[in-house]
This record gives sequence, structure tokens and C-alpha cells, in this order.
Amino acid sequence: MTRQLPGLLEGLDLIRQDFPILERTMEDGYPLVYLDSANTSQKPQVVIDTMVDHLERHNANVARAVHQLGAESSEAFEEGRTKVAAFIGAPEREEVVFTKNASEALNLVANTLAWKGPLQVGPGDEVLITEMEHHSNIVPWQLLTERTGATLKWFGLTDDGRLDLSNIDELINERTKVVSLTWVSNMLGTINPVQEIAAKAHAVGAVVVVDASQAVPQMPVDVVASGADFLAFTGHKVVGPTGIGVLWGRRDMLEQLPPFLGGGEMIRTVTMEKSTYADIPSRFEAGTPPIVEAVGLGAAVEYLGHVGMENIRAHEEAITRYMLDGLKNVGGVKVLGPADAGDRGGAVSFELDQVHPHDVAQLLDSRGIAVRAGHHCCKPAHKRFGVQASARASSYLYTTPEEIDAFIEGLEYTKKYFRVD
Amino acid sequence: MSANLDAMYQEIILDHYKHPHNAGLREPFEAEVHHVNPTCGDEVTLRVHLDGSGPDATIADVSYDALGCSISQASVSVLTDLLIGKPVKDAMSVHEEFQSLMQGRGKIEPDEDVLEDGIAFAGVAKFPARVKCALLGWMAWKDATSQVVGAGNAAAEEKA
Ligand SMILES: Cc1ncc(COP(=O)(O)O)c(C=O)c1O
Repeated sequence: MTRQLPGLLEGLDLIRQDFPILERTMEDGYPLVYLDSANTSQKPQVVIDTMVDHLERHNANVARAVHQLGAESSEAFEEGRTKVAAFIGAPEREEVVFTKNASEALNLVANTLAWKGPLQVGPGDEVLITEMEHHSNIVPWQLLTERTGATLKWFGLTDDGRLDLSNIDELINERTKVVSLTWVSNMLGTINPVQEIAAKAHAVGAVVVVDASQAVPQMPVDVVASGADFLAFTGHKVVGPTGIGVLWGRRDMLEQLPPFLGGGEMIRTVTMEKSTYADIPSRFEAGTPPIVEAVGLGAAVEYLGHVGMENIRAHEEAITRYMLDGLKNVGGVKVLGPADAGDRGGAVSFELDQVHPHDVAQLLDSRGIAVRAGHHCCKPAHKRFGVQASARASSYLYTTPEEIDAFIEGLEYTKKYFRVD
Repeated sequence: MSANLDAMYQEIILDHYKHPHNAGLREPFEAEVHHVNPTCGDEVTLRVHLDGSGPDATIADVSYDALGCSISQASVSVLTDLLIGKPVKDAMSVHEEFQSLMQGRGKIEPDEDVLEDGIAFAGVAKFPARVKCALLGWMAWKDATSQVVGAGNAAAEEKA
């Protein structure tokens, strides 16, 4: 029986039973305590079964087969798109483009903005990002600005891990062509005021790109209300499979982007001299798409929808508050990012005095507790806080207070092992 | 309590971690390299100073500035103890021995005569994620030393 905290999901024990991996016993008999969900989430049985069923009974390529299996597979694939569109409040299902992951979705936008078209970025233009971005939302914009002669700018961070908006009116100016930022930080946990920044960006005519890789898993997301023109996330963090990501774009914006990858399915007609291109979303989905992954992703977001994203957000907040309170009592722990669970997502990065994060992660792992150690693909944000690496514990809808207790005890054990005084 | 864990975190490793030997960057040096483990961000800046040239050169000094976990820090500290004062030739074979130990997935019996304190890292080989940590400083040393030796060879060839 799990301890009660205000906000915890009702029927948490039952939810845990949906995730078979949570029953695993790790080396030396420790039960698995999985606190690495910001890295990738675990998968409920219904996602696994839906994918297996598709492979066992309906497998065929999509869109190019006349036979019955082809029709079934195409329908299941497109149903995945419909479910994703509903889950994020997309006005039209065609606005949902399937990619390989969030990184590819962000690259799709950054790459095509370099080419001739109404939104083309050129010399003298500015692209604005933030210092807390995942490398996936930094490097594509460096490539774009290097290739086009545009200038890359960024919001700095405050000491408590929020965006420093004090110079926002300087940073967002008439030269700004793109503003791209994360909704929820995968390192600091910070929830950014995406709507407010999008409004400012739109006032100067800039395109707004939101990296929602950590937002879509954890809180209700309505793409229209967010103010984004483009929004990216990745399937494997929303209890779905790896190998699939999503780029949502407003129809009029997607239609202004030139094609990204060329190949099958993305064309209308091809001659040896030139091609014309399909409508969205096919225009951006060259080649055989991640079919069974789309089917699995559809089942995943449907599952999350049944649990309720408001409820999941409340659960994450309750667990994160409990974790932050627990960490306060461990001497030598320094948490990076906002101190209040109300302002942050469920990823908590921290340092433990005198013990390197790798060693923290290794010691915890010896007790079955999985956390991440390193720079979490946020080297610039680590540098900003003068740390080379950190350990990160991240919860999800299946995390219990007892698991947090085990984690906190694990840290005390780590300190003893490394003879921290 | 995990036996594997204790096999990895040998007393010797924890000692070198808390009190690293030969730490800091020193002059003179003929080559300086900076190596990073891209998956975790561990970093080392390492300098090599050789005495003499050609096959008879000896390692006069290895100095370094390292940021990283206990394994990567201890491993570069042990490296300096082992290699400083050795002829380059011998140092290279110690390097080879250490590398094959680390890449042996825990199935190689280390040669204590060659590796001395370095045998303490045998337990690390069972943790694939940590092998790169243990090898970071060693790869940097090889890179720097090869640069010096290579430059010497090139100069010799030019003369010939
Ligand atoms: C904020 C953020 N952006 C982007 C990504 C990249 O996701 P993927 O590796 O699936 O492309 C991640 C996850 O690693 C993330 O946390």
C-alpha cells in the first residue's frame, strides 16, 4: 500500500501493474526503482500489446499496398496520427508530422528554414534560443545560423534556474526571425512562460518553435493555447516506443516550409528533371514511416488520456515536492533549478558534495535505483551553474513516495560508502 | 551489499581519488591534449614531457588537470605513478596491457608485475558504462605521447 500524499494518482498500485517492467528485481534482490523517466519512460502493457498485435496480424507497408493488410496497416498508422492530434489539441490531424524523434522534428524546422521560401532565414536575421536548451534545440540552430549568416542569440538564466527575461525587449526585436525554446527543462525542471514569450515573438513577426519533449509527458498541452507555430516532442517519453517523434505545426506554417528529406511518399509526381510535392503531412514523411511505432504511440497517448493529464501533472508535482523535501534533509545535496515543485517538472538534478555524479549513480544502481548522471545533453546550462555534471532523478505517473524514500536512503548510503563527513 | 561494487571501488581507487598523485599542469612539456568523454562530459587536460628522443626517450613527466568521477580521476593518477620514468617503449606496453584489461569485460587476469596499482581497475571492466571513464586519461596520454614521438620521427626523416 502506498503512502498518501495530496495530489497522488488514485489507484497508483493499479497503474503500476500496467507497467510490467516495474516488477523487475535487480542484482542482489533489490526491486527496481526507476527514476530516469525524463530520459525515457517505461511502457504500459497496452502499448506493448498493441504493437505486438499489429506485427502479428496487420503488418504491411502503408499507403502503397492495395491488399487487405495494406489497408489495415494504413488505417492503424493514420489512427495513430488522429490520436496524437486529439491528445495535443491540434485543430487538424494533418498538422501532425511523424519523425524519428524530437531531435529530428527540431532539425526539420531548423534545416528547412535555410532554404528559399517565405520563412527563409538570412544574413542579418536573428535566431533566439535559451541557455537551458537540450543540445537538440541548440545544435540545429547553430547549423542554421552558420549556414545562412544569421546570428544566434539566447536568453541567459537566473541563479534559481529560470529564464532571465530582463532583456527580453532587446532580445526579441525586429531582426528576430525565430524564437525556439523548451517548455519544460530536462535538467533544471523549470517550466517556462511559453505563451508570454510567444506573444512577444509574434509581435515582431518571428516564428515560435517549442521543444515540448518534457512538457507533453507531464502536463496537459494544448498546442493552440501554447502560442507555438511549431511544437516538437518524442514518443518514448510519453510511454510510447522509441523511433518516433512528432512535429506539430500550424497548417499555414507547415505549408510555408520547403521539403526536408526527399524520397517515396513525399511527392506528388516525379520526372527525371523535377518533382512536385505532396501535401502536409506526407510532404515531410519521406520513405516508409515508423508504422508500428505510430500505432504504439497512438495507444500510449490514449493511455495517458485515460489517466488524465491534469491528474498526472498533480501526481508529478506531489512526488517532486516530496523528493525536494527529502533532498533538503540530506547534508551536502545541492539542487539545481527552482526550489518550488509548483514551478517545475519532475526532473530534479542535484550535486552531492565530495561525490561525483557518476559515482552517485553507480552506488544507487547497486541498490536497484536508476538515475541519470552526466550533463543530460545540457552542457551550456551546466556550465552556467559552474558544474561539470550532475545526477538527475526523474519521476513519472508510476513513481511512489516509497521509491523516493529508497532513493533518499540510497544517497545516505552513498555518502557513507564514500566516507563523506 | 554488492560484491561487484566493492570490486570496482577498491580502496586503492578511492585513495587515488581523494589524494591524486602528480596532479596539476607543469612545465616543461612537448605536447598538451584535451580529451572529453562525450557521453558524460568528463574532461582531462594532459601534458607530456619526454627526456631524449627516438626509441630511447623516457617519460620525464606527465601532468594533468582532470574533471570527472572517481574512476577517471584515480585512473589518471595511477597512470602517472606507473609511467613517469619509464622508457616510451615500455610505457606503451603498459598502456596496451591496461587497455586490454579494461576492454576484457572482466574476463582478463591482470598482470600485477606490469600494472601494479592499475590492477585495482580490474573490477571496472565489468561495468561497460565505466570503462570509458577509466580509459580517458590513458587515451589522452597515448595521444600526447604519440604527438611528441611522431614529431620527432618527422624531424628525423627530414634530416635523413
Ligand atoms: C528537452 C528535450 N529536448 C529534446 C530531447 C531529445 O529527444 P530525442 O532524443 O528523443 O530526440 C530530449 C530528450 O532527450 C529532451 O529532454
